[in-house]
Amino acid sequence: MTLTESRLGGGADLAAGFDVEQVRKDFPILARTVHDDLPLVYLDSAATSQKPLAVLDAERAYYELHNANVHRGIHVLAEEATGLYEATRDKVAAFIGATDRREVVFTKNSTEALNLVAYAMSNAETTGAEAQRFRIGPGDEIVVTEMEHHSNLVPWQMLARRTGATLRWIGLTDDGRLNLDNLDAVITDRAKVVSMVHQSNILGTVNPVARIVARAREVGALTVLDGSQSVPHMPIDVAALGVDFLAFTGHKMCAPTGVGVLWGRYDLLEVMPPFLGGGEMIEIVTMEGSTYAAPPHRFEAGTPMISQVVGLGAAVDYLTALGMPAIAAHEHAVTGYALDALATVPGTRIIGPPTDIDRGGAISFVLHDEAGRAIHPHDVGQLLDERGIAVRVGHHCARPVCLRFGVPATTRASFHLYTTTGEVDALVEGLHGVRRFFSR
Amino acid sequence: MKLDSMYQEIILDHYRNPLHRGLRDPFDAEVHHVNPTCGDEVTLRVKVADGVVEDVSYESEGCSISQASASVMSDLVIGKKIDEALELEREFLALMQSRGTAEGNEDVLEDAVAFAGVSKYPARVKCALLSWMAWKDATAKAVDPAAATGAAPASAGAPLDVPEQEKP
Repeated sequence: MTLTESRLGGGADLAAGFDVEQVRKDFPILARTVHDDLPLVYLDSAATSQKPLAVLDAERAYYELHNANVHRGIHVLAEEATGLYEATRDKVAAFIGATDRREVVFTKNSTEALNLVAYAMSNAETTGAEAQRFRIGPGDEIVVTEMEHHSNLVPWQMLARRTGATLRWIGLTDDGRLNLDNLDAVITDRAKVVSMVHQSNILGTVNPVARIVARAREVGALTVLDGSQSVPHMPIDVAALGVDFLAFTGHKMCAPTGVGVLWGRYDLLEVMPPFLGGGEMIEIVTMEGSTYAAPPHRFEAGTPMISQVVGLGAAVDYLTALGMPAIAAHEHAVTGYALDALATVPGTRIIGPPTDIDRGGAISFVLHDEAGRAIHPHDVGQLLDERGIAVRVGHHCARPVCLRFGVPATTRASFHLYTTTGEVDALVEGLHGVRRFFSR
Repeated sequence: MKLDSMYQEIILDHYRNPLHRGLRDPFDAEVHHVNPTCGDEVTLRVKVADGVVEDVSYESEGCSISQASASVMSDLVIGKKIDEALELEREFLALMQSRGTAEGNEDVLEDAVAFAGVSKYPARVKCALLSWMAWKDATAKAVDPAAATGAAPASAGAPLDVPEQEKP
């Protein structure tokens, strides 16, 4: 099969004021070919996004010109490195609508950000009365949803095991939405924390945060939002969301791997016990014991991921310049186009909301052959790869969702600011090919 | 296309019409193995007698490669002496770890040589090995239930030096 460069274009007209072809030129990797000169069709951005030149340049410039450890040393390089590192804190705060830069904590990724909160809660048991809000034990409840990524499920299972608290969850409807019918019965006054995903990495569902936060507040529970799949794709305002904590990761928003963010309300961070101990997070240390630094440094033990943070700052600048509303509009258009296009492939079952309403650009599906037998996603992914099309297959670190929908795994196509309708066309053509191959 | 080296017709035949499928009684040991990165699962039973693999039965869920491999494996080892079957397992493992450099001995491996092409795809090697590892584990348990209790739990998957292909 042949796919010409022009066939992979398209989409510029879908969202006014957003030129996807121009955007693609910022991402060197999108111009490469795979498997003997096939153009790369990268539909795996929910796993990780590609990086624009501006981010690569920022990391390189940091190492070429400014490399030093941060927050120590009084030499020129140390001050420059610290300045670059801390400048990203300001950029990230502005990007998510935080009014206080001290509310932005750098972590390794979303997983670490979520674990930070979970471990802080169990550490509260051995901390002073100021940490009362975080204490949790037998009889208390932790609430998540059935569509969590393992990173927002397993840390809470572990917290429940450590403390004797009980884990509860909000179930799903058949079209991949949260079942809120019994919300008040799931979130009761025993709930100490409610942690949920903003946009599902497997279903694409964008959840009604306000409704759940309102209930959590009613019962006095802390609220944590996993924004791994939302912050990279839509305008975010933490004040409007009303949550207490927001976790997200850099590598899905055009930044390098190895850096993530925990945003938290300052009045909570101020009394939250630390998770990791070490250098940087302390105030006074003696052999007998230590006192801790104020946020955000209390939660940034050890030498941080400096170049990655610098890269994250460049990514935030890049996304901000393009405009998150424009990016969201473009991705919404591509998602709607893809849902319509996938509906033309016989034997395709979408796992998740069938329409583009309250839905992001991650589409999971199961493909069946002409005899109606499911083709395993591993086989689908392998044959698509042969055409240069990169998708994710498996349970997407959300195995309970696969169990809920009775499938062992799904194939997932996911989009970003650089995805074109031409790439969606290539996917659809590829899926027809997969069906032919397994129906022969 | 290049993929034809992996999706050999013989593999697709076993995938469409698997042999020895379905859990049967009697059996001496049953194991459940999973490939946590892709969701492939197999429940497998072994019956041994007088040093011979009398029966292998299984239920499995997974891709064409893992399904076909379970079919080929069970057909190969049933009726063989346990030592011979274990030798086959070593031979197949070596083929899968060859990264496309070995063709496999057809006189020994029979239909299983069709999987030689799979060894070029590191992400798929685990699929081909899943049922073999389950069989080896179940056979060890069947032969010596006491000794097998110290083995790695079935959910730990195949204890092999195969690269992790898929991260969350």
